[in-house]
Amino acid sequence: MSMSNNKKILLICIMFIVFVFGGLACAYAASERLVLTGSSTVAPLVGEIARRFETMNPAVRIDVQTGGTSRGINDTRNGTADIGMVSRALKPDETDLHAFTIALDGISIILHANNRVTTLNKQQIVDIYTGKITNWKSVDGADARITVVNKAEGRSTLELFLHYLVLKNSQIKPHAIIGDNPQGIKTVAGNPNAIGYVSIGAAEYEAERGVPIKLLPLDGVDAAIANVRNGTFPLSRPLNLITSCEPQGLARRFIEFARSLQTHDLVEALYFVPVEVN
Amino acid sequence: MIWSKRYILFPLKLTDSLLQGILRVGAVISALAMLLISLFLIVESWPILGQISPVRFFTDASWHPLEGAYHLMPMLAGTLYASAGALLLAIPLGIASALFIVYYASPRLAKWYKRLVELLAGIPSVVFGFWGLTTLVPLINQLHPPGASLLAAILILTLMILPTITLTAYSALMAVPVEFLLNATALGLSRWGMIHGVAFPAARTGIIAGIILAMARAIGETMAVLMVAGNVVQYPDGLFDPIRTLASNIVLEMGYAMGDHRAMLFVSGLLLMLMLMMLSGMAGWLGRNRCA
Repeated sequence: MSMSNNKKILLICIMFIVFVFGGLACAYAASERLVLTGSSTVAPLVGEIARRFETMNPAVRIDVQTGGTSRGINDTRNGTADIGMVSRALKPDETDLHAFTIALDGISIILHANNRVTTLNKQQIVDIYTGKITNWKSVDGADARITVVNKAEGRSTLELFLHYLVLKNSQIKPHAIIGDNPQGIKTVAGNPNAIGYVSIGAAEYEAERGVPIKLLPLDGVDAAIANVRNGTFPLSRPLNLITSCEPQGLARRFIEFARSLQTHDLVEALYFVPVEVN
Repeated sequence: MIWSKRYILFPLKLTDSLLQGILRVGAVISALAMLLISLFLIVESWPILGQISPVRFFTDASWHPLEGAYHLMPMLAGTLYASAGALLLAIPLGIASALFIVYYASPRLAKWYKRLVELLAGIPSVVFGFWGLTTLVPLINQLHPPGASLLAAILILTLMILPTITLTAYSALMAVPVEFLLNATALGLSRWGMIHGVAFPAARTGIIAGIILAMARAIGETMAVLMVAGNVVQYPDGLFDPIRTLASNIVLEMGYAMGDHRAMLFVSGLLLMLMLMMLSGMAGWLGRNRCA
């Protein structure tokens, strides 16, 4: 008797679970759908924008999937996705696509505010990160060992940084690896001999609020949001939405919404730089 | 007679079977949760497990999942070093604190001391991590750069598991029947003799259970370790070298991982769970065997 009872209870549990998931699946079938795929840098931002767009247009369901910039381009070309997300400018062989910049991303090298070093050239940064320079003395700083702070694998900041220095992540000899921007800033602020890199938006925000870090200029250009916006800062890139033809209907409404003033707070919350759209 | 018996028993039987039903559903749900989590981990890590040989987790040159190198062993070692170090510090400290509360401190002091330990147990791990990052790491950095290191992880973990060990050891010691202690005193045993010969053996199962709980917490702890351990994937040469634990690895890279990289993080989770099961199984076995 107890065996059959146990089986009955198990059956009831399983049926309950099936019903719950089935119900959820039904709730997700909405009238109008928009599929976006592509860069994992752009996806969190677009996800936030999509959520706001959905609350304003309850009948619309927006599906955001990551998979990298190249997937975004492929999916947009073959029609799997309505809109692609691309974390760079379009290449010359991609002129068949239409790109709409929704934000800019720039990163800055940061040092502790008490560090004597005020500027580093590209080669010095490469040598520090690959372990050829291990003491601040070699770059006109104090006699102290350098603590190299790197980002975790997969982060877009790491990707952009490596691309700029033309390095592979396995060549870097880090002493600390950090996840998000605030952790990177706290690590450098707590260690006078550390060098790290974070999104410019985050660094500028914290430095203005008295956190002891300083942003290093690159190639003579100051690390500032203004310079990312006017395109002079070297370590930056546009974040684009792409379509295969001139966008129509829902896709057009979504792209216009993503580029409007209504989403600037979301762009800034993720430490990107909003673009001015006329 | 029979009629009245049935009449009395009827409601009792109903509550009994009702209770039995509720308890069964509860048991099935918790068992299902565990099974579903295991199944989920296996399903999510399947893409990579079916594709490359698990031997590569031991033999690859480094952990660079985007370049196809999946060496997991330094992180397994890091997890073990950090939790073993923390246990080594926290077990003697925790048991000593419990003994102090139960047998040595005056009732007033014992009450306040116990409150303090309970407060320590209630501090969220991210607060420990934040304190470690802003205070402990710079201190260690002055001693030996870079500061974020195995030592910092061990110290933070020690603070976090100390209350678990102290409070479970305290409860176990309080549960020792007072007759045992009275008999020991009547036999003329010294205080230490009583603790060593009577109270400890009687409370051992409870103390070991507390140590297993603490070990599980140390191995699985993520945020605090993530903030102070430096997270470089390497075998540490000493206490001042940074390490990365399996749990921090998942949090650190999950947000931006996809494809094989993502599956590899689920493999880290699977490995972490296997390790915990093995260790707690081993600890339980040790506890049982030494009792017999």
